[in-house]
Amino acid sequence: MSSIKLRAVVALSGLALVCAAQAAQKESAPPKKAAVHAKKAAAAKDPVAADFEKFHEIMEEDSPAELFEAKGAEMWKTKRGPKHVSLEKCNLGLGPGVVKGAYVQMPRYFADTGQMMDAERRIVYCMVKLQGFKEADLAKKPFSKGSYLPDPVALVTYVAGQSRNMKIAVPQKLPQERAAYKLGEEIFNYRAGPWDFSCATCHGEDNKRIRTQNLPNLASKVDAVRAFQGWPGYRMTGGLMHTLQWRMNDCFRQQRFPEPGYASETIADLLTYMGVNANGYLYKGPGIKR
Amino acid sequence: MKTFQASIFGAAALAIAFAAQAQDYRAQAISMMKRDFHAKGIAHMDRLNEDALQLICNRSHNEPPKGIAETLQHDQLATIQYPADGKFLGDWKAGEKLAQNGRGMTWKDGGKPSGGSCYNCHQIGPATTSFGDIGNSLLHFGKIRGYGPDVQKYVYGKIYNAKAYNLCSKMPRFGHSGTLTEKQIKDLVALLLDPNSPVNK
Repeated sequence: MSSIKLRAVVALSGLALVCAAQAAQKESAPPKKAAVHAKKAAAAKDPVAADFEKFHEIMEEDSPAELFEAKGAEMWKTKRGPKHVSLEKCNLGLGPGVVKGAYVQMPRYFADTGQMMDAERRIVYCMVKLQGFKEADLAKKPFSKGSYLPDPVALVTYVAGQSRNMKIAVPQKLPQERAAYKLGEEIFNYRAGPWDFSCATCHGEDNKRIRTQNLPNLASKVDAVRAFQGWPGYRMTGGLMHTLQWRMNDCFRQQRFPEPGYASETIADLLTYMGVNANGYLYKGPGIKR
Repeated sequence: MKTFQASIFGAAALAIAFAAQAQDYRAQAISMMKRDFHAKGIAHMDRLNEDALQLICNRSHNEPPKGIAETLQHDQLATIQYPADGKFLGDWKAGEKLAQNGRGMTWKDGGKPSGGSCYNCHQIGPATTSFGDIGNSLLHFGKIRGYGPDVQKYVYGKIYNAKAYNLCSKMPRFGHSGTLTEKQIKDLVALLLDPNSPVNK
């Protein structure tokens, strides 16, 4: 699919999403399909959240995230970069070129770099090592904005799609992986900055919300899956595709911290902590976010 | 007896070893963050340094020993700068706008005055149903607790420095951190304690 065509499809589906979201908000005129899901949604305590969940279920069957997966898949096998090679030899932890199931087993420790790497960090590494891209260039504008879609976002979405309906199994076999979990836990609980916030301030208790946004308790086994589930995610606010790298970045912004380095070890360790907490759950693939 | 003593000693040594390791992870995590983060906008790198209060809360998992908590709360109380004119009540309408406004202190902010972010965590006025629940409900605050000068002073102080009343409270120290001005805090006090505020209707 050409990028112009893709963009048009995305824009259209974005528009459809907005319209559908508005329709879903209006209780008087719910979309037909919504009735099927109404019972489950009614169980949720908050009406706005319930509306979103209802809408979410409808959209999940035909997720706009799949368009980004397609784009990433094409990018993966295309010869690109200064070295003009594809990413088909990229080792995501399960051997060179093995993409299936790799996403749900990251972050993991990679002996070739001596680092903990989440999916995006590893993909950036492959783009640099195999294709000859410059890391500094990739880190310059790493997040989707307007019609701009960074390459790693499409690639991560593709890779994540190749773990759809697989069990989350972030490894803890190696001492480096166990240390990363511990370090991630420390980062998660570290209060600092002008507002004394840590990740745990908002995400350390069950059943809390900011405004109408439900907050997963990422320290608990039951809720932690919500940090994994739905990412990479097509965010209805703005109609952009975002990965966990973006989510962590924007969380630290709202934590009133300075900016974390893109694809840094701090983020890899934090994602290890949350990923391991979510182990055992089924990953549904790239999804939709409010 | 000897075995008993040895096992006690062993257990203690083990406990210390574990604690030491935990401290290691903490120190390692902090230095890693200092290496991996960079300043952006108004969010400078010094924000990663803990002040004394944050350090105690972090080290004790937000449950400091009672004695330490009392001493430090006392220190926090001393930071509160009460209005020189002795008046705590501002304009509740301006307070409502501030309570709705969640802007402030992030690297995207700067220049513009900050909001109070109050509805992010508290139920306040009856008209706003999109409120968070990390904090307690403040609906009917004055109606329930009274409108007197002591309550006014308490609310002013609580917004200025929440940690003076509960050391490891999740609530930011809005005055102490320079987020809100004296006038803004007065407006928020009025939102909760002006008998004409919708909060008390």
